[in-house]
Amino acid sequence: MPGAIALVDCASFYVSCERVFAPSLRGVPVVVLSNNDGCVIARSEEAKALGIAMGAPYFQIREKLEREGVRVFSSNYALYGDMSRRVMAVLRSFSPHVEVYSIDEAFLELPRASEEELRSEALRIRERVGRWTGIPVRVGVGPTKTLAKLASERAKAVPEQVLALMRPEHIEAVLEETPVEEVWGIGRRHAARLEALGVRTARQLRDLPDRWVRRHLSVTGLRTVWELRGISCLPLELAAPPRRTLVRSRSFGRAVTDLMELREAVTMHASRAAEKLRALGLAAGALVVFVSTGAYGQGPHYSGSQLVGLPLPSNDMRMLARAAWDGLRRVYRADCAYRKAGVLLLDLVPAGGVQGDLFAALDERSRSLMRAVDALNRRWGGETIRLASAGFARPWEMRQQRRSPRYTTSWAELPVVRA
Amino acid sequence: MSTRVVEVVPVRIGEPLRLPLLLSRVPAGFPSPADDYIEEALDLNELLIRHPAATFFMRVEGDSMVGAGIHSGDLLIVDRAIEPRPGYVVVAAVCGELTVKRLKLHEGRLCLMPEDGSHEPLPIREELEVVIWGVVTCVIHPLV
Repeated sequence: MPGAIALVDCASFYVSCERVFAPSLRGVPVVVLSNNDGCVIARSEEAKALGIAMGAPYFQIREKLEREGVRVFSSNYALYGDMSRRVMAVLRSFSPHVEVYSIDEAFLELPRASEEELRSEALRIRERVGRWTGIPVRVGVGPTKTLAKLASERAKAVPEQVLALMRPEHIEAVLEETPVEEVWGIGRRHAARLEALGVRTARQLRDLPDRWVRRHLSVTGLRTVWELRGISCLPLELAAPPRRTLVRSRSFGRAVTDLMELREAVTMHASRAAEKLRALGLAAGALVVFVSTGAYGQGPHYSGSQLVGLPLPSNDMRMLARAAWDGLRRVYRADCAYRKAGVLLLDLVPAGGVQGDLFAALDERSRSLMRAVDALNRRWGGETIRLASAGFARPWEMRQQRRSPRYTTSWAELPVVRA
Repeated sequence: MSTRVVEVVPVRIGEPLRLPLLLSRVPAGFPSPADDYIEEALDLNELLIRHPAATFFMRVEGDSMVGAGIHSGDLLIVDRAIEPRPGYVVVAAVCGELTVKRLKLHEGRLCLMPEDGSHEPLPIREELEVVIWGVVTCVIHPLV
């Protein structure tokens, strides 16, 4: 018997993460910028109230931000990733069935209960996540994912930031007030078509005949309509599908033309990707190296990529860096100003048991070397041990001038507490 | 000659059983007498951290808590899941800054008390915007 589904959504997640460790950021406008300090990707309520738009390019609004005293941060994904993991861990204390939907959202299956009981449970979830992690969350509860999502949107307007939507007459009233384009899964295109037919509210959408919906909105639309009727059609996805590829890339802080600088970048990406593979217990059978000038700017616009197979699946940074360098020499064009480079690892297989007997001894040496590298880098941080070809000065590296410390993932950057 | 079924034994498929890897190899010499006793290595996390999702590390700066054994440069283990009570050492956000003090009931109101014999208690008043951030469960004070 299906119970209820809760959608837990972290409010302005990246800003909230910054605020946990810097209490002086409470109550002041804060924004977080995308990689390379390109544009605004998260805003506090105070920043929204100043009219700062999502996606606004930083260089365009820089003066306004300074004038208004907005605190600006480069994105700190090490921090956000760790805080997300903590939030999800707390959610698992409420239900064994948790679907991590994104870095700041999760669906939980809850036992069937009355609307009032589920509202109390939602308040407990909000309270515990807030107390344990410092991250404020909104909670919407409904009989299906689509209704839970709707409830969490509506919870924004509720002072306690929690809304349970279970009683049929309550659901009816909310659907009546919800414009059709605000229903999860109804894109802007579908919404326009529906509105042309006079379907404006979620309630009207719910009451359309199945055959019409299937013809005009496809099976996906029909699922959404059934979910609005309280029939669960979107099961929780509890296990992430096994990883098939692993990608690592970054934009440069400035245009790069020199082959050796590009080599530093792809070596760095290959090394970090190898490190990730080892952490996941995987090895890659092939690697794609890619470079791009982007679609703007002067000079020729070019994107190149090259697939390089490895003789044996590997997660040794030296093997992957060599493959990346082989590939890079083949895609490199000297007349281009590159903006981005990266590597994609393919044919991922479990590490160990990949080698033939012939290579076993070699493989053991590689493994113990990589273990030592990982231990040193864990202990002393980042790339303490790196391949020299990954570079040291790295003049091409991305601008991240305003990144906060990695408070929870680096011994060297722990929060400081005054005594 | 005929075959008779004596017993049908059901095959049970369950969780894979993880066995510890034996450290010694069998054919060469004597097996290690310790092989029978192999257990998990001790993990300090298990001892010091009760709520991993709610536990954070912080670095101390300043000497106002030496009386509690907290010195400048020490590492604190801070647990946000523990309910703060009078008598606990806590991390608090005071005027936008994180500070470590002892939470005390002083003349009927909660205060943050330094422990260096000199500082005055800081009463928790609304206008000061004091928020208890977490409870300090351990101090790591390196000696070498």
